[in-house]
Amino acid sequence: MIKPLFTLFAATFLLAACETASSITEEAAGSAAGSTTESSTSSTASSSSAASSTASSAASNADNSALEAARADMMSIGDTVLFGYDSSQLSADAMATLDAQAALLNAKPSFRVKVEGHADERGTREYNLALGERRASATRDYLVAKGVDGSRIRIVSYGKERPAVVGSNEDAWAKNRRSVTVLN
Amino acid sequence: MIRHSLIMMMAWMGLALSMLLSVFLPAHAQTLRLDITSGQVAPIPIAIADFTGPDGVPTNVGRQIAQIISDDLISSGQFKSVDSAAFITPPDSPDIRPDFNDWVPLGVQGLLVGSAYIDDGGALQIEFVLWDVVAQRDITSGEGSTDENGLRRLSHQIADFVYEEFTGDSAYFDTQIVYVSESGPADRRIKRLAIMDQDGHNHRFLTSGNDLVLTPRFSPQAHEIAYVNYFNDEPNVYLLDVALGRTERVGSFPGMTFAPRFSPDGDALIMSLAEDGATDIFALDLKTQQLSQLTRSPSIDTSPSYSPDGSQIVFNSDRGGSQQLYVMSENGRGVQRISYGEGRYATPVWSPRGDIIAFTKIVRGEFFIGVMNKDGSGERLLARGYLVEGPTWAPNGRVLMYFKQEPREADGSGGEVALYRVDITGFNESRIITPADASDPAWSPLLR
Repeated sequence: MIKPLFTLFAATFLLAACETASSITEEAAGSAAGSTTESSTSSTASSSSAASSTASSAASNADNSALEAARADMMSIGDTVLFGYDSSQLSADAMATLDAQAALLNAKPSFRVKVEGHADERGTREYNLALGERRASATRDYLVAKGVDGSRIRIVSYGKERPAVVGSNEDAWAKNRRSVTVLN
Repeated sequence: MIRHSLIMMMAWMGLALSMLLSVFLPAHAQTLRLDITSGQVAPIPIAIADFTGPDGVPTNVGRQIAQIISDDLISSGQFKSVDSAAFITPPDSPDIRPDFNDWVPLGVQGLLVGSAYIDDGGALQIEFVLWDVVAQRDITSGEGSTDENGLRRLSHQIADFVYEEFTGDSAYFDTQIVYVSESGPADRRIKRLAIMDQDGHNHRFLTSGNDLVLTPRFSPQAHEIAYVNYFNDEPNVYLLDVALGRTERVGSFPGMTFAPRFSPDGDALIMSLAEDGATDIFALDLKTQQLSQLTRSPSIDTSPSYSPDGSQIVFNSDRGGSQQLYVMSENGRGVQRISYGEGRYATPVWSPRGDIIAFTKIVRGEFFIGVMNKDGSGERLLARGYLVEGPTWAPNGRVLMYFKQEPREADGSGGEVALYRVDITGFNESRIITPADASDPAWSPLLR
């Protein structure tokens, strides 16, 4: 009955027991600390973005309505261009839309621009993040070639995380392979 | 000896069946490999008695412990529990030698007997003996104490001992899963990191859901989690200290960082950095913050994973025109393509045993989870679906977990996302129950 394994195991066991007890205390403290940290980080973040928007709106209240007007113009041009499956090639249609976007952006040089890159759900998550980045880059490069100051443009890839159209069919996938130009 | 030859026999019988039942694509891709571990279609019959108190009567904690151990062992697909109603009365205590003649006719191979009770000081006292019914001797035994919060972990550790004694493999029950918990509509999905025991218990959230989070992965000591976080609308790799709940961004680089994984020694992170339409692979030394570029091409090189000895890296790249798997040395030299089957290959993950690589495969509009040898030969597909993705290995390299998404209707219905696991033989696929939709699982190393 008493074997070498026994003592070995008992030792492991006691150690494990200690670990359990201590990890549980840490967890309790940790989750409290964790949520505090997180909420304080995010509240800092939101208050800083609030602060910057307050600052910009303080700078000129008229800017807000100008931004709204520019966004409306962007919507009528079309803020979105579509891509083929696993492609970041700009089609003739896409270039026509981007030509009009570039003209608008050049006419309103005070606004900053975010270009979002997106993918459909038929790829793996990490590859699609890269593919979305490629699409956003292609869009930005085209706008820059049409005279838009590159330092105004920030690109963000959402991969397959933010579909424009919900549904698991070819029509939805085609509409989700896109880049979107957002003024802010 | 008798026991081992029996197990071997069952292994060979099981092999034939597993070859029939695995998911296969047409002939070209599959070279069948004889795999000793693919046996156990006939699970090992085992009897687990409720643990008793000092008076020989089962206690509440004793019943819980027996249930947890039994659930672990059965979930592995390698054991079956002999119905306790069919029990010959088990011994009242681990100190009493069972009458083996009662047990042999039931076909039971292992008998676990233990005691468990709360002592006057409020501590949980546990003792157990694992008997080999065929050889009529005790195989292993142990004792320990803990507070009541440690009950589940100690039970998992006992299950690990039983598993290891009977299968000869290292076990995986005393482990955790970190994953992404999903809620809300598909176009405004809220994603939170969550952590739980491998059996789904002790579930808790690690992030609030304010920021989009993706692809968590454990450090080799399980103390830290590397993941992608969209804090301030900028996707980048972050490190989360699990105990403290503290999270910090990893370095500050131009472009987007993503697809992180730890090196086997935990001293480095390997990840992708995307800039100007090109995605390359970098290794970041976590001590010196020195960043080394390992691939350099206009293609998409991502989802890198180290071999367990750290000497090689497998990743996927579209450099050849479509997404395929490549292996290179840790310094980025000697890149060689290893996947040559039909379709696209993604998310390669090196087995902790070092011999095989798990992957996601996309072919003819369907997704598969599969494994191949590290030279690309011997491809076998284990699971399929509208979308299955992101395999992660149990620390013993015998079980894979991944997520499966159902198709979603235009009205937003459907689209359920859940975690599944499957034995590397392709058997025993089962869903992991989570409080909400779940994706991007990562299995921890053994915690003990």
